[in-house]
Amino acid sequence: MSNNSPEREEVSIPAISVDRSASLGSSAQEALNDQGAPVAQHGAREMEAQNLHIWFGNNLVLEKVDLVFPANTVTALIGPSGCGKSTFIRTLNRMHELIPTAALAGKVLLDGRDIYSPDVDVTQIRLKVGMVFQKPNPFPAMSIRDNVLSGLRLAKLPAGDKESLVEECLTRAGLWTEVKDRLSEPALALSGGQQQRLCIARALAVKPEVLLMDEPCSALDPGSTLKIEDTISYLSDSITIIIVTHNMQQAARVSDYTAFFLAQYGEPGRVVEHTTTSQIFSRPKDPRTESYITGKFG
Amino acid sequence: MNPRVLTQADQIAIVTRRRLSDKVFRAILIFGGTTSFFVLLAIFLYLVQRSAPVLREFGLGFATNSIWYSGDGFPASQGSSDPANFGLFPMAYGTLLVALIAMVIAVPISVMLALGISYYMPKRVSAAVTFIVDLAASIPSVVFGLWGLFILVPHARYWAQLLNRYLDWIPIFDVTFPSFDQSPFVAGLVLALMITPIVTSISREIFSQTPLELIQGAYALGATRAAMIRNIVLPFGRGGVVGGAMLGLGRAMGETVAVFFVLQLFYDQTNWFRILESQGGNVASLIVARYGEATEFELAGLFGAGLVLFILTLGANLVASSIISRTTKKKRVSKK
Ligand SMILES: Nc1ncnc2c1ncn2[C@@H]1O[C@H](COP(=O)(O)OP(=O)(O)OP(=O)(O)O)[C@@H](O)[C@H]1O
Ligand SMILES: [Mg+2]
Repeated sequence: MSNNSPEREEVSIPAISVDRSASLGSSAQEALNDQGAPVAQHGAREMEAQNLHIWFGNNLVLEKVDLVFPANTVTALIGPSGCGKSTFIRTLNRMHELIPTAALAGKVLLDGRDIYSPDVDVTQIRLKVGMVFQKPNPFPAMSIRDNVLSGLRLAKLPAGDKESLVEECLTRAGLWTEVKDRLSEPALALSGGQQQRLCIARALAVKPEVLLMDEPCSALDPGSTLKIEDTISYLSDSITIIIVTHNMQQAARVSDYTAFFLAQYGEPGRVVEHTTTSQIFSRPKDPRTESYITGKFG
Repeated sequence: MNPRVLTQADQIAIVTRRRLSDKVFRAILIFGGTTSFFVLLAIFLYLVQRSAPVLREFGLGFATNSIWYSGDGFPASQGSSDPANFGLFPMAYGTLLVALIAMVIAVPISVMLALGISYYMPKRVSAAVTFIVDLAASIPSVVFGLWGLFILVPHARYWAQLLNRYLDWIPIFDVTFPSFDQSPFVAGLVLALMITPIVTSISREIFSQTPLELIQGAYALGATRAAMIRNIVLPFGRGGVVGGAMLGLGRAMGETVAVFFVLQLFYDQTNWFRILESQGGNVASLIVARYGEATEFELAGLFGAGLVLFILTLGANLVASSIISRTTKKKRVSKK
């Protein structure tokens, strides 16, 4: 599992080139610690997990997770199957607690405030922290337009100019030109990739600060995947994105930071390495990270 | 050889050879499916045959007239001096009225109970309630009918008085004789009690099949539980609830004993809407009431009543299935 050679050379992984390194400086300058991981500033649109532990029943699945997701950045969560990426991401918008045996300790901060503190309204958190699921899940009983507006209806938000909101969200999700003439058709008439972008548009309509994406492209063809990656890059100018992916190229293409999760046999999952994407793909510090991203396991 | 361009004439017939086991299974299914149809047909034909004397005597009037008079047991056409005369209308209409009252009471209660079980009660409580409801649904409804008869009816009289006192400006709660017993309202109440378990059980089953990813999708958009139920669970379960309600309706229309005890039958007058009046009609109760002392000709009349009930029930089910198919089709097409 770990790298055999005692003397580790500088690795370069030619198959993976990092696209986003340049964009890091362009958004608000983030402070990095000496590991290269971002430092919390407790500002708007910033998410942070502090000493987070997560259980299912008596089973500790994630231990001592400390991660900062700076505002308007994209962070990729990578790691082998079963290491707790989905579980972690679901604690960030309080979907975790929908599972009866689920429990957690530690803190999750949004805009510097703990989202699990007792006086917080969970529906407000889920409005601020949107989520896109692995499998596209548009509401089948609703049209394309109604799907985009469904968040307003479900959360009983006042809808201003509905038509321009629909257009804005679909445009930001990269779907507008494809569906603008068929807005009243049922959502299931779309292809899988289009459905997924519809789900992104639906999440955008409630104006989230943070968007969680759990393997959003795993059920999609390469063309749709690229479209969604474009959408992610575009959105990251205005919202914070956290994306789980098994696709190393995708992580390299879309993210500013990458966190590598690993659950070694019989142990709870931990964050092995969290730093800028360019660093993790060119000079990973931990040999386990290196073997994972070069495809030696996982 | 250069392959030429193929045309429709070249289309091959695609043959899938059936295995023996498939054939046997298919035969069993076809047999089962058609048998139920033929049993239904046989019942229909038997009813027509047995009721032929009255149908021939009164024709369509049997369904539209309002009278049930045995006379000397013979029809006028046989030269009777005190001829029997049968017209079923108040009974047929009353059957529908009582069933409607039962549905109006039972369906909302059932849907709310089913939603409560599926989404509001703590796990242990909902498991217990589910068990009880499913058990109750499997008990013959007459048991509930009798329970309702002895326990519920005394209270129902009081509720009816209340409805009448405060809501008698609504025509349906008005009465001409304030006795408040044996009214369509009371009969509907007893029937509602009988069908609530089965309708609840079916609704709960449907609601529990709402896809989890849709529920999670709604919650992830900041939905409250109530909003999630209204926008996701109810649209998904609508067809199934209508189906369950119609199953209940079928039971409600065919129920005999319970209604017989709690409804005052008026053969020659139709109670159109005054549901608190001690006056109503019910085909099944008519059959129970008259069967014991019926002459041969009246017996034919009772078979005719059975035929009408058969048609009413079948009609209600057809309406139901068309509602279901319309509401499910709506999901796919109507938004065009
Ligand atoms: N509902 C649950 N109840 C109990 N244990 C669970 C539940 N969901 C996940 N787990 C356990 O938690 C651990 C982490 O699962 P999780 O789904 O978060 O992994 P993952 O990193 O998302 O994997 P993948 O890449 O395959 O999606 C696994 O060991 C899994 O068995
Ligand atoms: Mg996962």
